[in-house]
Amino acid sequence: MLKDITLGQFFPGTTIVHRLDPRTKLILLVVYIVALFTAKGFLSYGAVLAFLVLAVGLSRIPVKTLMKSLKPLLIVIAITGLLNLFYTEGRVLARFWVFQITVEGIIAAFLMVLRISMLVAGTFLLTYTTSPIALTDGLELLMGPLKKLRVPVHELSMMMCIALRFIPTLTEETDKIISAQKARGADFETGNLLRRGKALLPILVPLFISAFRRADELATAMECRCYHGGEGRTRLRQPRYLMHDFLALALGLLLLAGVITLRLLGL
Amino acid sequence: MQPILQTKQLCHTYSSGTPFEHTALDRVDFRIERGEFLGIIGHTGSGKSTLIRHLNALLRPSAGQVLLDGEDIWKDKAFTRQARFRVGLVFQYPEYQLFEETVYKDIAFGPKNMGLEAREVDRRVREALGFVGLGEELLEKSPFDLSGGQKRRVAIAGVIAMEPEVLILDEPTAGLDPAGCEAILENIRAFQRSKGAAVVMVSHSMEEVAANVRRLVVMDHGRIFADGSPTEVFARAEELRAIGLTIPQVTEVFRRLRALGLDLPAVYTTGQAKAAILARRGAGTC
Ligand SMILES: Nc1ncnc2c1ncn2[C@@H]1O[C@H](COP(=O)(O)OP(=O)(O)O)[C@@H](O)[C@H]1O
Ligand SMILES: [Mg+2]
Repeated sequence: MLKDITLGQFFPGTTIVHRLDPRTKLILLVVYIVALFTAKGFLSYGAVLAFLVLAVGLSRIPVKTLMKSLKPLLIVIAITGLLNLFYTEGRVLARFWVFQITVEGIIAAFLMVLRISMLVAGTFLLTYTTSPIALTDGLELLMGPLKKLRVPVHELSMMMCIALRFIPTLTEETDKIISAQKARGADFETGNLLRRGKALLPILVPLFISAFRRADELATAMECRCYHGGEGRTRLRQPRYLMHDFLALALGLLLLAGVITLRLLGL
Repeated sequence: MQPILQTKQLCHTYSSGTPFEHTALDRVDFRIERGEFLGIIGHTGSGKSTLIRHLNALLRPSAGQVLLDGEDIWKDKAFTRQARFRVGLVFQYPEYQLFEETVYKDIAFGPKNMGLEAREVDRRVREALGFVGLGEELLEKSPFDLSGGQKRRVAIAGVIAMEPEVLILDEPTAGLDPAGCEAILENIRAFQRSKGAAVVMVSHSMEEVAANVRRLVVMDHGRIFADGSPTEVFARAEELRAIGLTIPQVTEVFRRLRALGLDLPAVYTTGQAKAAILARRGAGTC
């Protein structure tokens, strides 16, 4: 049911990919995405793909799991592919009704589908191997310089952290409320739009009430422990950059440099 | 006679095919007879809640069957929907499912979904409210203005109002004070006596269950560990302790006294213990 949504799920592990500093992984993701969008020919796509395969291989995340994460985006991927397939000018292979298929179209569609899939897979790899807490920690540290501009970086990351923390709790709660109302004969599947909308009330009302209750309790608990924002706050886990972080970053930059060179060479 | 509910080799696996795969029920065979008062106990995570969610078709078995009146509960859509009404399920902390503006409307939610006419709904709402020991002056109040114990009673009334043939309650007394617990248990007994429904009470407290039920099912790691009268189950005190459950203290005391050679019956409550001791005094053997 709702539990099966894998969006942003974390699979704990001890592989090198799991152990990388979250900042490294975030920077690598950005580098990877830039490389992906710079890539043009098969060669540079191959290089980026090799990077992804290496990362996935090292992380021991099953390829099947990663494939599953593509499923919700299947329609978007398919539409993009089809648009590229039909609307690229070039040598015409086949023609029917208003559509035409060209050699260039096939190549463009293939590369575009590959690009989106790799983009999604890379992003999911990050969330699969990094706990939400580590992720927000990393973001906070990376955005640290913005504090000088009076951006409440710590507060923002704390909010994000809490939101992430409560996603599973709230999905579980939703699951339970849905079950409880179904047990009283609630029907969410039949009727027109208005009826279905109304049928959601027995779920939404208790859900909101419980979310507010939780927020209230959490605020009290935080205040009881003297939480007063980011000022002067130290960390439980001091972030440390290790050798493998530098190596991973070097590898990422190498990839980017390679892809840019290939592009400049027009390959 | 056919049991009202029966499971056959029921299995349930959560998150099948992911790293979080977890077998919560493992080939469970179990039956509920008409009109009986049955207790299910087991430590947290033993699969109690998972089991009862199968009994009114909220969860679909990974393997095996649930039979209601001898028919597969998933036979067809209409029957599954019927099953939800015939087997009433009160969730743990049911007060968190209240949503209507008034107590009346909330209790009426189930009966209305059954498609009953307004007069019948009205009768059932008032009767259910009576069963849970609340006064009619509460009917027009917002359920969110009530105390915790009252909210829980309203939620239970919401299920009772469907007049199920089997009423299943998941830890109905969790988080209530002793007086509140006893009151709710009395409400449930009153409903059972009056409607002749089967009642299944899930609990992790032996004391509470033992004092109320005729039959006790003990779950451990997704399996049925023991099934029988409280006397039969408590005779296996050592094994129960091994799976993290304890028998009621007074039962244990009487067991030890018996082991010392005293002629005492098996008891589960202090009330029974008192009666047993007084009986012996009366017989002049003390
Ligand atoms: N929605 C779910 N997804 C995954 N695992 C679950 C889910 N619900 C329960 N479980 C697991 O199944 C096991 C049995 O849970 P449950 O039936 O709730 O036990 P009990 O009610 O006896 O405490 C537990 O180990 C629990 O972690
Ligand atoms: Mg439970």
